[in-house]
Amino acid sequence: MSFPILSSLIALPIVGAVLLLFVRGVDEEQTARLARQVALIVSVLVFFETLLLWARFNPASADFQFVERHAWIPAFGISYAIGVDGISLFLLVLTAFLTPIALLSSWESVHKQMKAFCMFVLLLESAMMGVFVSLDLFLFYIFWDAMLVPMYFLIGIWGYDRRIYAAIKFMLYTMAGSVLMLLAILGLAILHYNATGSYSFDLLKIYALNVPRPVQFWFFLAFALAFAIKVPLFPFHTWLPDAHVEAPTAGSVILAGVLLKMGTYGLLRFAFPLFPQAAEFFAPALAVLAVVGIIYGALVAMVQPDMKKLVAYSSVSHLGFVVLGLAAMNTQGVQGAVYQMLNHGVSTGGLFLIVGMLSDRRHTRLIAEFGGLKKVMPHLVAAFLLVTLSSIGLPGLNGFVGEFLILLGAFRWDPRFAAFAASGVILSATYMLWMFQRVNYGTVTNEKNASLPDLRPREWVVIVPIIAVAILMGVLPNLFLAPIEPSVEKLLNQFHQSSTTRIEASVDPVTGHQSPPTSEAAR
Amino acid sequence: MLLLIPLLPLVGFLINASFGRRIGKTASGAVACAAMVASFAVSALAVWQLLALPEESRALVSHAFTWISSGALSVGVTLRLDPLSAVMILVVSGIGSLIHVYSTAYMREETDSEYARYFSYLNLFAAFMLVLVLGANFLVMFVGWEGVGLCSYLLIGFWYQKKSASDAGKKAFIVNRIGDFGFILGVLLAFVRFGSVDFQEIARSVATLSPETTFGTISLITLLLFVGATGKSAQIPLFVWLPDAMEGPTPVSALIHAATMVTAGVYMIGRNAVLFSHAPQTLAIVAVIGAATALMAGTIGLVQNDIKRVLAYSTVSQLGYMFLAMGVGAYGAGIFHLYTHAFFKALLFLGSGAVIHALHGEQDLRHMGGLRKELPITYWTFVIGAMAIAGVPGLAGFFSKDEILSSAYFSGHQILWAVGLLTALLTAIYMFRLVFLAFHGERAEHPAPEHGAPHPAPQHPAPGTHLHDAPPAMALVLIVLAIGSALAGWVGWGGRFEHFLKPSFSPQTAEIVAEGGAEMALMVTATVTALAGIAIAFVYFGRARGAADALAARFAGLHRVLLNKYYVDEVYDATVVQPIHIVSKEALWKIVDVRVLDGAVNGVGETVGGLSELLRRLQTGSVRAYAASLFFGVVMILGYYLWR
Repeated sequence: MSFPILSSLIALPIVGAVLLLFVRGVDEEQTARLARQVALIVSVLVFFETLLLWARFNPASADFQFVERHAWIPAFGISYAIGVDGISLFLLVLTAFLTPIALLSSWESVHKQMKAFCMFVLLLESAMMGVFVSLDLFLFYIFWDAMLVPMYFLIGIWGYDRRIYAAIKFMLYTMAGSVLMLLAILGLAILHYNATGSYSFDLLKIYALNVPRPVQFWFFLAFALAFAIKVPLFPFHTWLPDAHVEAPTAGSVILAGVLLKMGTYGLLRFAFPLFPQAAEFFAPALAVLAVVGIIYGALVAMVQPDMKKLVAYSSVSHLGFVVLGLAAMNTQGVQGAVYQMLNHGVSTGGLFLIVGMLSDRRHTRLIAEFGGLKKVMPHLVAAFLLVTLSSIGLPGLNGFVGEFLILLGAFRWDPRFAAFAASGVILSATYMLWMFQRVNYGTVTNEKNASLPDLRPREWVVIVPIIAVAILMGVLPNLFLAPIEPSVEKLLNQFHQSSTTRIEASVDPVTGHQSPPTSEAAR
Repeated sequence: MLLLIPLLPLVGFLINASFGRRIGKTASGAVACAAMVASFAVSALAVWQLLALPEESRALVSHAFTWISSGALSVGVTLRLDPLSAVMILVVSGIGSLIHVYSTAYMREETDSEYARYFSYLNLFAAFMLVLVLGANFLVMFVGWEGVGLCSYLLIGFWYQKKSASDAGKKAFIVNRIGDFGFILGVLLAFVRFGSVDFQEIARSVATLSPETTFGTISLITLLLFVGATGKSAQIPLFVWLPDAMEGPTPVSALIHAATMVTAGVYMIGRNAVLFSHAPQTLAIVAVIGAATALMAGTIGLVQNDIKRVLAYSTVSQLGYMFLAMGVGAYGAGIFHLYTHAFFKALLFLGSGAVIHALHGEQDLRHMGGLRKELPITYWTFVIGAMAIAGVPGLAGFFSKDEILSSAYFSGHQILWAVGLLTALLTAIYMFRLVFLAFHGERAEHPAPEHGAPHPAPQHPAPGTHLHDAPPAMALVLIVLAIGSALAGWVGWGGRFEHFLKPSFSPQTAEIVAEGGAEMALMVTATVTALAGIAIAFVYFGRARGAADALAARFAGLHRVLLNKYYVDEVYDATVVQPIHIVSKEALWKIVDVRVLDGAVNGVGETVGGLSELLRRLQTGSVRAYAASLFFGVVMILGYYLWR
């Protein structure tokens, strides 16, 4: 048996967290120093492991790779089944890429209980990996909920003033959404029992299940609600600004960078392919919410006095693009959506890092408190500019590729959605450049800003990789798009086949036999 | 080899962006200039190779790698040199080199790091502009299109400590984005309709169709693309950013906001001539918008007092001229005017830069006068530029303007021709108003500087102090451009320029046939108009300066409207900017988001909590327990299903 690389991605951070338990220095400070070093080394190892995974990943294959299957609770068909395909591959890389950066960003800004902080970050990483590789619905749900706990503590313990309120809101809102999803998951297992005589939570088997149309509708709504809250899709987004504003920088980076993607990933991996007829029925509604979110998020972002809130609302807008691409359910739309998930992780993660650097220096995030920073810290502002440009989708940087593909996908589906969504291109430039101007241009009007230090060596290490990846993904997107495409195509073929033919044709639930794609629309 | 053309300035950018502040001004200026000159040399070599090819197959293609591919979409980083892009790269790298050289002297007072920053932006601009004109498909063009917009943003706001400068930069970017909104949708529709974003493939597909008689898909595609052009090339209704863009250093205005970037919209139509030819309704709109912009900007230019703003409106007006040409199907004439305009407008801007430089930042015409004696090189080169743009026979502008007017006339657009002629009159008047006010008469009293820029230092030299004419690097460039402005038109003698471009617009673009006798009459009319304009300017501004003021007083209302640029900025602010801002802040954020949506969420929370005082206390007392209980509740339900 080959090395279980995916399991090790989940296990390694946990091992690191356990190791941290035994880290003890002579005093508080030394313990903190040791703890963050251990955590950083572990997270960097995980990152290298994901790179190795990428290198060994067969980009031409549409199937799940590195699959591991072990019976877990056989009586109920619960198994430990994990695997990776083109859709999840880069989400793993992204997670592993952002975790060490998040740790580094907290190097000095976390003042208490560094050890616990590092443990939670590593546990969070493990749970996020688990979500992206799960091929068993039960296992997926375990990771999905497990991820909430460390995030809850990260916000609740190391956050800003209203951290308790924000943490509870985050926790309850997300859980409220996922309860219904759990019921739907159980329902699916029962349907599988009814059809075959045995329970199963195995995603691939349930894909092939013939779910009756009315049931699809209810189950789809249950799944979609959980994911829509996570995305967050308008109008379920109000937990996000609070969570972001109160979360420590590392929390914001991971929250925006990875956690939100679980919502869109869930839609793509579970809600759409499990319930294709319902998905097809509700897709226009999702698209409307997505487009409203794009415009609404941007407009509200425009008038925010707090930088973190501004970036949080911009996430609502950007994630609206992702959902729109998914709802289009064609190659460009979905591929663009997957790409945009990665882009958003990089550019919004970068924005939160920059805002974190500013707030570390000034202990405020209010735009009005700043002004004229370019003169004071030219390097930090240059990095700020590049990240801003990446976020507003300047061609040559990462954001453009995703946005363009999504718009193209949406346009091919229904030009009206694309037309409205494209206005986001104008609005994003407006709110980002306005913030950028007020923070960085002009003369220094506030004495406190006059002698702020420019980028420190540690901050260089944090921000340079972000910018490098933004450029790489903008110039050589095919490096990423090529491995994504086969899996997207396969998913779409299955989707379009079952959304239109499942009513008549009975698909063999065991082999999941599918006839080759015929519909041109799937392209 | 084509790749080298944009890569060289890109390397220059990288060097100056990374080490520029450490190597000193001389070295960083030299790096930037060398990169540009090298790019020009490679461009010239490439064009030489192109000319060696037989006329009908004049194209060099260079494919670097596949950029984006997704399903049926496959976009390569592909550059393509054909006669049209040959003209463009020579203009961009040629005029670009000259302006780089000029800048080495003009920006000398900046600190080392600012100097390097300036040149890095300028190099980056050139790289993107060359990508724009060499790109073989819409997306590569769009990389350049947005990239030059970025550099424009950075360079307009170069003196970022000045609020008006950073405002102007932001305005330019956002207004351009409004245009890009249309442009992107146009590209999407073109891809959906033709299955490609490659210019040649689209042209080939279109060529098999007949022109649309009603407003159909092609008309919509071209109209959307034209929306993009109105942004980039400052046409009605998106022209408002260009006058403000004069906040940038003057060489930037010359390069980006006169000679090259702002002509991108015109180039884009030329690049898609076949497509546009199949959409006569869009072309009509292009022509009308072009003519209207030309006239409107010309009237505003008559009364502006800032030397650079006069030139900015003049640019808007001349760009309108080019669109007029494109709109009547005279693509060759439009590009010809683009080419000649690059010389004389760059010259005029750089000349005004020399004036501003000599006066330490003074830009107000009312505070100038009599500079002729003290700045002879600037004066004479400026006069040549003014004559060229006014259309004095024999100089560059005469040839191209005449082409446009006669094309408009012979393609059956007599009204547009008349508008164009009227604009030509206005052009001659405002240009020579500028010449007389700045260089003739006596220097005005010491004014209070209105443009309180941190740079250049507003130390206005008092009348009577000796002024320095342009330093060598600037003077040399002025002279070269003056020669160009005088002679550049002759390459079009006998229609050679248009003949050279023709393969780029084929297959199938309409021929405009001129009648010999009438053509001569038109030429005479245009010449008389230009000379009349100069004469009027002399009467009102040259001979007795009070004459114009008296006229302005008589038509005070009209004068005020023109001085305030028809209040377009104010109207946009009141109807678009403010409403969006107020609605977003007061309604969307404070009511919808905070009260309605979040209120509902919190309301649900409180209702649940309020079910019992006891539970409520539990909720606030131990949150973790509450969350955990929810989790265990879920597990209970799970257990029920599993074990039932």
